[in-house]
Amino acid sequence: MSTQQTELKGTVKERAELALNNDFLRQAVRFTTERLRSGKLKAAEEHGNWDEWRERGRQIRLHTIAHLDYYLGEFANNARENGVHVHFAETAQEAISIGLEIAKAKQAKSAVKSKSMVTEEIHLNQALQSIDCEAIETDLGEYIIQLANETPSHIIIPAIHKNRYQIAELLSEDAGETLPPETSVLAGYVRKKLREKFLQADIGVTGCNFAIAETGSIVLFENEGNARMVSTVPKTQITFMGMERIIPSWADLEVMATLLPRSATGQKLTVYMSGITGPRRAEDGDGPEEMHIIILDNGRSLQLGDPEFQELLNCIRCGACLNACPVYRHIGGHAYGGTYSGPIGAVLTPALQKNVAEWDDIANASSLCGACYEACPVKIPLHDMLVSLRRRKVEAGHDNALERIGMKGFATVMSSVKVYHSALKLGKIGQKAVVRDGGIRVKIGPLKGWNSYRVAPSISKQLFREQYSELRSELGQQAKEADPAVAARMQQWLTGRDGGASHE
Amino acid sequence: MKVSLFITCLSDAVYPRVGETMMRLLARYGIVLEFPNVQTCCGQPAYNSGYWKEARAAAKTIITAFEDSDFVVTPSGSCAYMVHHYPAMFEEEPEWQEKAIQLQKKVFEFSNFLVEVLGIQDVGARFPHKVTYHPSCHGSRLLGVKHEPMALLNNVQGLELVPLPFAEDCCGFGGTFAVKMSDISGAMVAEKAEHVIETEAEVLVGLDMGCLMNIAGHLRYRNKPVRVMHLVELLYEGVNYSDEHAANRA
Repeated sequence: MSTQQTELKGTVKERAELALNNDFLRQAVRFTTERLRSGKLKAAEEHGNWDEWRERGRQIRLHTIAHLDYYLGEFANNARENGVHVHFAETAQEAISIGLEIAKAKQAKSAVKSKSMVTEEIHLNQALQSIDCEAIETDLGEYIIQLANETPSHIIIPAIHKNRYQIAELLSEDAGETLPPETSVLAGYVRKKLREKFLQADIGVTGCNFAIAETGSIVLFENEGNARMVSTVPKTQITFMGMERIIPSWADLEVMATLLPRSATGQKLTVYMSGITGPRRAEDGDGPEEMHIIILDNGRSLQLGDPEFQELLNCIRCGACLNACPVYRHIGGHAYGGTYSGPIGAVLTPALQKNVAEWDDIANASSLCGACYEACPVKIPLHDMLVSLRRRKVEAGHDNALERIGMKGFATVMSSVKVYHSALKLGKIGQKAVVRDGGIRVKIGPLKGWNSYRVAPSISKQLFREQYSELRSELGQQAKEADPAVAARMQQWLTGRDGGASHE
Repeated sequence: MKVSLFITCLSDAVYPRVGETMMRLLARYGIVLEFPNVQTCCGQPAYNSGYWKEARAAAKTIITAFEDSDFVVTPSGSCAYMVHHYPAMFEEEPEWQEKAIQLQKKVFEFSNFLVEVLGIQDVGARFPHKVTYHPSCHGSRLLGVKHEPMALLNNVQGLELVPLPFAEDCCGFGGTFAVKMSDISGAMVAEKAEHVIETEAEVLVGLDMGCLMNIAGHLRYRNKPVRVMHLVELLYEGVNYSDEHAANRA
């Protein structure tokens, strides 16, 4: 079965170029990511022992994913006992059909939604519109994106690429009157407008941050209170969740609730954290009469048992890797082309899509600096996964022919010092035509990209290896006795190493 | 005891002064570095691009070069970290894998070797300039070399160390990334250079010639007269300056 269609136009490089030429976007993205990442660093430091908490979080996720079948079963059984209708969907299409069946059965005319990346992944809004059920995003950022007819460009801050003037313009159009670019006025307008939508809606659609296996509950983190409205006002609630959202117990949630908000926005806790266990009971003041949970696979189970990618399922969707990523900061989320952007998107998108060739270039959009790994609250080695994706692309024969020839040449030159040395000698002669003042400025061939932003250095007149013997004999003649303190320390290292110690 | 120099292809071909100053600085402590001539490149360009077979061809020259060394010192955190990938790369060649594991234990980035192995935090240098430091990603973030360069720089007489804003951000080099994704890389290096210029430092110092080549190339492109040096070059120049200073006074 084919995976969900995603509008993918051009290459990462072409999409990135659009963003790089958009100063509004770059300024807006830089402004917010800098605020979020410095907030995260501050929150982590204030909390203390951050790396130990990360390790706890990682262990919980590793354990859960390793026993996902067990915990999913436990979760589904408990949720059903609470009166929830639990559905499993293998593909995006299946999840959509289940959702539409429910909407049709309820003769739903409108659905209010709180933030959910899974519903973005399966394109639920378009599907609901197709049966004349209006889908209304109620998270402020999502509402803005919906008005603009765009997709979110950040996991947590969907409208990160827009500044308040652009947002004021969009909301003014919606309001039919000019609204000033003041955050409180704009938020006030949306709040008032959405209030009516909440009251009219037949269905409330939510995502799920964590699903607690031991009680069959779902947990939502949010700041605007809209998820509370979505999950209490409409008579029917549908929750979409990725199959990997599970954690075993409420005790585990303590660790996750420590990691998630701090990593996402630098908050100690989001303004609201809701735990929902089943539909409204007789003694409850509010809540839906009927509750459905649709658990989505859509490529996730492909990662199970894959040693290079299973940890991908540990992701808690905090967006910290996006905020830390220097590439994301310059190109924003849309350049990645998929629902998920930034470093996690660059790995998750191809992984969920079974590594089809269309997504091959996305893993190239990284300098492999490791900032994503350092920021990740559950320590997912995204930088290594990007290299694995590149390797799989080469192994599958989807690589660029020119690059393949270049790399064959690299291997030939680098596997023998004789060839390597001759190549450099040739280079020294060849570069004479283009070297000026020790630098190369021509923008041709492979130097075009580099030299559009830099001056390239030239090969040295005398390589280090050509200077070595002379240097060695000069220093050998003057050599003093080894400094005794230094020699003793080196000996100590050697002894320690033989005892199995490493220098890390 | 055999202490060997893993020069890296970039310093061999483009920045031989880095190797020379490292040899001269360590000779002051009675360590004369050996240079096994069979070494070429660590293989990182191929490895990062997904061409592991090609990377292994290069890696074998490094493994062979240092088989009988006790310590291997290199002026690059990135190339030192590359050696940490070798055991996984040679999963299907157990003999090479075992050698790779042995090599990993004895490869040290230069400042890490100086501070952690030799116990030297003050080389007795004098360098009366305003200096800023860029921590390269692989060395600092992945290899964990963070406090060593700080200790060494803080002990240099007359040196004014100005913090680089957003120092930990990648400079945009990323090896083949700078060629394949040249516009993104260009935006990243422009931002990094902007921060360097903001500090009004005369000298930018670092531990990896790849990153420094990238930033220096951009500064030169914009005609910004910031001197870019590897830490070992700075320390050696500072030691010489200090010796001369003492001689003049005597």
